[in-house]
Amino acid sequence: MSSAGLGKTYADGEVIVRQGETGDCMFAIQKGQLEVVKHSKDGEARVAVLEEGEIFGEMAIFEREVRSATVRALGEARVLTVDKKTFLRRIQEDPSLAFNLVQMMSRRIRRLSGEIADLRPGSVPRSQDTLALTEAERQIERRKRPDRRVNSDRRTGERRRGTERRGVASASAKKD
Amino acid sequence: MKLGARTGGQSRGIATYFEEASERLALEDGSRVGVIGGGPAGSFFAYFALKMARSAGIDISVDVYEARLFDQRGPAGCNHCGGVVSESLVQLLATEGINLPPTVVRRGIESYVLHTDVGRVLINTPLEEKRIAAVYRGNGPKESEPVEIAGFDRFLLDLAISAGANVVRKLVTGFDWDHGRPQIMTPDGAESTYDLVAVAAGVNSHIVKTLNSRDADYQPPETLRAFISEFHLGEATINECLGNSMHVFLLDLPRLEFAALIPKGEFATLCLLGDDVDEELIESFLATREVKACFPGNVVPAPVCHCFPRINVRAAVRPYADRIVWIGDSGVNRLFKDGIGSAYRTAKAAAKTVVFRGISRADFERGFWPECRNLIMDNWIAKLIFGVTTLIQRVRFLRRGVLRMTALEQQREGRKRLMSSVLWDVFTGSAPYKEILLRTFHPMFPLRLAWNLVAGNVVRTKEQGVREEAQ
Ligand SMILES: Cc1cc2nc3c(=O)[nH]c(=O)nc-3n(C[C@H](O)[C@H](O)[C@H](O)COP(=O)(O)OP(=O)(O)OC[C@H]3O[C@@H](n4cnc5c(N)ncnc54)[C@H](O)[C@@H]3O)c2cc1C
Repeated sequence: MSSAGLGKTYADGEVIVRQGETGDCMFAIQKGQLEVVKHSKDGEARVAVLEEGEIFGEMAIFEREVRSATVRALGEARVLTVDKKTFLRRIQEDPSLAFNLVQMMSRRIRRLSGEIADLRPGSVPRSQDTLALTEAERQIERRKRPDRRVNSDRRTGERRRGTERRGVASASAKKD
Repeated sequence: MKLGARTGGQSRGIATYFEEASERLALEDGSRVGVIGGGPAGSFFAYFALKMARSAGIDISVDVYEARLFDQRGPAGCNHCGGVVSESLVQLLATEGINLPPTVVRRGIESYVLHTDVGRVLINTPLEEKRIAAVYRGNGPKESEPVEIAGFDRFLLDLAISAGANVVRKLVTGFDWDHGRPQIMTPDGAESTYDLVAVAAGVNSHIVKTLNSRDADYQPPETLRAFISEFHLGEATINECLGNSMHVFLLDLPRLEFAALIPKGEFATLCLLGDDVDEELIESFLATREVKACFPGNVVPAPVCHCFPRINVRAAVRPYADRIVWIGDSGVNRLFKDGIGSAYRTAKAAAKTVVFRGISRADFERGFWPECRNLIMDNWIAKLIFGVTTLIQRVRFLRRGVLRMTALEQQREGRKRLMSSVLWDVFTGSAPYKEILLRTFHPMFPLRLAWNLVAGNVVRTKEQGVREEAQ
């Protein structure tokens, strides 16, 4: 890549953020594609492919949680870091700076709810966003507490995980 | 009649609000907005006003008057400036979803080199990432690269057009009031009346002096003459001599406030700010060994173009009135640094005000002026900081201490970068001056500086990276 671009250049497969690490910045993709992968004891699954212009890692700006997934370059990519400090300093004076982030997050929730609707065909009609969102929230809750899921209904849990992986694979295949 | 109450509120509370609003001047469906100047301030204003109006459900039209063709090479297409888009602005724009493409960014800057007569030091970004953009404001200098380049101002104007702005390719030559509404005149004799006018004509245009609010209490900003020139060095030479670093000079020359050499595609831009820069100052600057050392064979080539633009050094007085607001350089700007960032700030504050509050003097006072006031207050602190910088420029004893402290911080991994971060932000304009000043109150700062002053002047150990040259 030329000297003209902004950000840092990452080689194919190079990790930008790692699941479980703490972070104090978010990122904007200047060029190329990135993949988001979730690691679990069953291995890793691609949950999304991010495109040029997208922002990720914004959760670290708003909460003190660890990174929820690993993001790495799919081919050569250039990524710009946005410091938490720069963002928070400015948002005090200009709260509307968050407009674009809120819009992007709501688009993501919409997409996620669509994907989750795909996981259980028949039970959640695609058009009913509210129902899909409730289901999405339930799924996220379940993912956060795997131990409970295993204890309460191990077999259903296994079955769901299987569906989940298929669903994710099909969702990412669609994006590709 | 384009102005008036926004009606249609259903609840009693909202109805009351709108009744009150009927007394106020506000934009509503069909309102017409005129913007004088399509530089950064004008384009940012048009872009944000249209975007925000859409999200508020108001259908307004925005005409941006800009005669300059940014596609042209040389001075005709250029809004004369160093072309450095600050680290903070690059990040804020990315957060807004505005990413500067490589066609606009002629070089990503990742470090600074501070040149003094007692040596030089490289200051890296902590992240070692290119977060400062070196751009051409127009389509590059005369005889510039034979490639398709889009200038920064063209990119921003296109952004405004994509949000729905209409560009009027005319110079504004007159301004008047038509039954209480601002009216814009152009050389072809056309007169257009608007509900609101935003003046974003910078400080290099006569129109700013002739524009007045009805209350006539706007006073244009005070300005100083600066200098810019472009050197054609070729990309390979730039990579070798300047790299991806901005070169800043702290030299003991009277009247010189700030000097920088900024590498771009095939050109390097020299930028001098000071107390009315003239030929004498330029010549003595170019004759210094530190400057010559930045060019191949220690010879400064003839520039392909140069200009003496003016820079805003003192804010305009009351840059707002009913139905008119002055943004960017025409209003309030940050002293010596991040002018484009200030244009973004004041333009956005004005856009928010006109869409969500109203367009009366009182609305600007409450919504727009606080942003300007913050910049003005910070400029007072800037004067103090630049006073200290001038002192360092004048006193060699101080220069040695500062240089040594910075070089050691850069060499030792994990060492808190106290001086480096202060210098970085003073030169890049990335943080408010107040924050920079507060950083010098860190208890270790005076202690370390005191030690380096002693060590740099008395002990005089030879540090790698600090190239002391015998005088
Ligand atoms: C020597 C120098 C170096 C600088 N370097 C930097 C830097 O590296 N980084 C940085 O951030 N800032 C820098 N600045 C400051 C920066 O240039 C300004 O702060 C910034 O351009 C302000 O934007 P603006 O839109 O308010 O005004 P301008 O950029 O001046 O734009 C005004 C626009 O209005 C148009 N116009 C004027 N009159 C009329 C009229 N009558 N009718 C129609 N259109 C009109 C002009 O054609 C122009 O396009 C520098 C300034 C100087 C003088």
